[in-house]
Amino acid sequence: MIDALGNPQSALVLGGGSDIAVATLERMAGRRLRRVVLAGRSESSLGDAVGRLTAAGCTDVRTAHFDALDATGHDSAVASLFAEHDGFDLVLVAFGVLGDQGQAEVDGDEALRILQTNFTGAATSLLATSRALVAQGHGALVLLSSVAGERARRSNFVYGASKAGIDALAQGLGDALHGSGVHLMIVRPGFVRSKMTEGMAAAPMSATPTEVADAIVTGLEKRSAVVYAPAKLRYVFTVLRHLPRPVFRRLPL
Amino acid sequence: MIDGATGLQLVSGWGRTAPTAATVVVPTSSDEARRDLRRGGPVIPRGLGRSYGDTAQSAGGTVVDCTSLDGIRVVDVEGARATVGAGVSLDALMRTLVPLGLFVPVTPGTRHVTVGGAIASDIHGKNHHHDGSFCSYVEMMVLELPDGRRLEVTPDDAAFWATAGGLGLTGLVVEATLRMRPVSTSRMVVDTWRAADLDECMAGLEASDAAHRYSVAWIDCLARGASLGRSVITCGEHARVEDLPARHRSRPLGFDPRSPLAAPPAVPPGLMNRATIGAFNELWFRKAPRRRRRSTQPMAAFFHPLDGVRGWNRLYGPRGFLQHQCVVPFGEEAALRTIIERLSASGCASFLAVLKRFGPGNPGPLSFPMPGWTLALDLPIGPPALGAMLDEIDELVVAAGGRVYLAKDARLRPELVPAMYPRLDEWRSVQHALDPGGRLRSDQSRRLGLLS
Repeated sequence: MIDALGNPQSALVLGGGSDIAVATLERMAGRRLRRVVLAGRSESSLGDAVGRLTAAGCTDVRTAHFDALDATGHDSAVASLFAEHDGFDLVLVAFGVLGDQGQAEVDGDEALRILQTNFTGAATSLLATSRALVAQGHGALVLLSSVAGERARRSNFVYGASKAGIDALAQGLGDALHGSGVHLMIVRPGFVRSKMTEGMAAAPMSATPTEVADAIVTGLEKRSAVVYAPAKLRYVFTVLRHLPRPVFRRLPL
Repeated sequence: MIDGATGLQLVSGWGRTAPTAATVVVPTSSDEARRDLRRGGPVIPRGLGRSYGDTAQSAGGTVVDCTSLDGIRVVDVEGARATVGAGVSLDALMRTLVPLGLFVPVTPGTRHVTVGGAIASDIHGKNHHHDGSFCSYVEMMVLELPDGRRLEVTPDDAAFWATAGGLGLTGLVVEATLRMRPVSTSRMVVDTWRAADLDECMAGLEASDAAHRYSVAWIDCLARGASLGRSVITCGEHARVEDLPARHRSRPLGFDPRSPLAAPPAVPPGLMNRATIGAFNELWFRKAPRRRRRSTQPMAAFFHPLDGVRGWNRLYGPRGFLQHQCVVPFGEEAALRTIIERLSASGCASFLAVLKRFGPGNPGPLSFPMPGWTLALDLPIGPPALGAMLDEIDELVVAAGGRVYLAKDARLRPELVPAMYPRLDEWRSVQHALDPGGRLRSDQSRRLGLLS
């Protein structure tokens, strides 16, 4: 159960290899988190994450198979995870691909992979987990979105559009969940130095997975609807969102 | 709040933290209560919702609101006994019985608790050092169990003591017979004085306990240094008719407290902060007399000052607040001092911290009181250091051989429960015999692993 200070005791991560998710659960393990299921496409690649969480104090860390691209299977996959593990206090929808923008512009398959993972798969995952949480009467649901969804940019608009779509869905879902005992929180990190961005030059105001983790833990404590990491990106993007197109287009973003 | 689609309702404790959704049912008879216990899924009884944390809620299950199982069935004025429905509130009980010369044997800081809730929490009051806790005055109770059994239990039964402080997890109490306290007036004779620091406060409580049935100290937990533990001590007795001023003698047993003030329905977060609480504490300390002897005041003013403001819990804003109450055994005064020092140094402001001495406990395995010093804190949610500070206090409490009060808990580390309640396994075996199907379950029992 989630305690009065917003600390969960159990968690399910969809996209269990996510650096941000693992850093978040490590933080929570220092408080009340003990039981974790890391679900991902390749269970064998989750060994590191299991080790880190066990070292951080979790006593029951398991892995499960979950394929973000298998959208039609998400309802049954989520239902059986909840049934098998007697529910979860927290669900982190953490999978996503950055994709190759250049490739996506010339190759429909790459664009489809980005959209199906970040939007379609995330949407069916969010909807399925929200139903399971509503049925158990409590819980927190966290979506790793991105500031890239705030306004699509020339340099990564396929990724940006996928995040804009899932972010919008989560906003509506968050309102639908109001009063159900389930709290949905959207996380909008900026550039995060993680596996996903390995080899890329860091953008200004970048964050580490640990910094994003801190923002998530604090946001859950405050029952925030949206958190940014770093927090100042909220104001930066408020401005960027309102820039005239000709100006925005010329920015080196 | 009721969700039209699911029929579920959000339920939280008095601290308004961690609300969860459940089906809330309000039985009006034992037969209905028995049916409601068997609706399927987890189930937990609830009284007037004054437990601060998640004791009386059960996410995704059924919450049985017992407040309509009320009614004062039999009153034996001569024998000072009353048999009542477990949903009757202490407020209703006092309004009916005080004019007949009977007071409740134990009252907490509010009248708005049910008899069933008082049993499930084995509540204590300012007279614990003298009289013990609530369940020591229960002669019989009737329990409805989820498997359809109906048990009448007395203090000779293990099921009785498992239910005393059993957090509603041993069955639904529908009726109880209480031994009442005969009184000749509805007023109290009260001594009040200020103590300049913690040593003076503890010495004052120790010295006055032998002479007074009721005693308590209010501590300013923001005071530091030489003033650490500065406090206002109040001690009281039930007044006799001859103690009353002439104008009150014509109707010595009149009991009709009012609550003229109500907290506004919505309060912005952060109203209760270090500055406002600090200012309140200063005012409260200064307004107390240096020493005042034998003033008379109504029972409600002495026992239930917070009932004067309806819905005062809303003053803490939407994020709510925690209550933390611990007890450390006599001889562990150093631990108590360390706890107050940590609290004062942390800057997590506590509004109305209360210190009192407990007398001997009773046979309930989960009953909270034990001989020692008990400290109760009201803490607004907000300061980032709050969780870690309370975890640290809990460790100090365990190291000193003490415990925290589960009926108020909303965030204890589950690993500490067996150390605080060493008879937990004994309680579990009785609980299991009463509910072999494992139907009785609260958010708290899941959070703390009480049943596993």
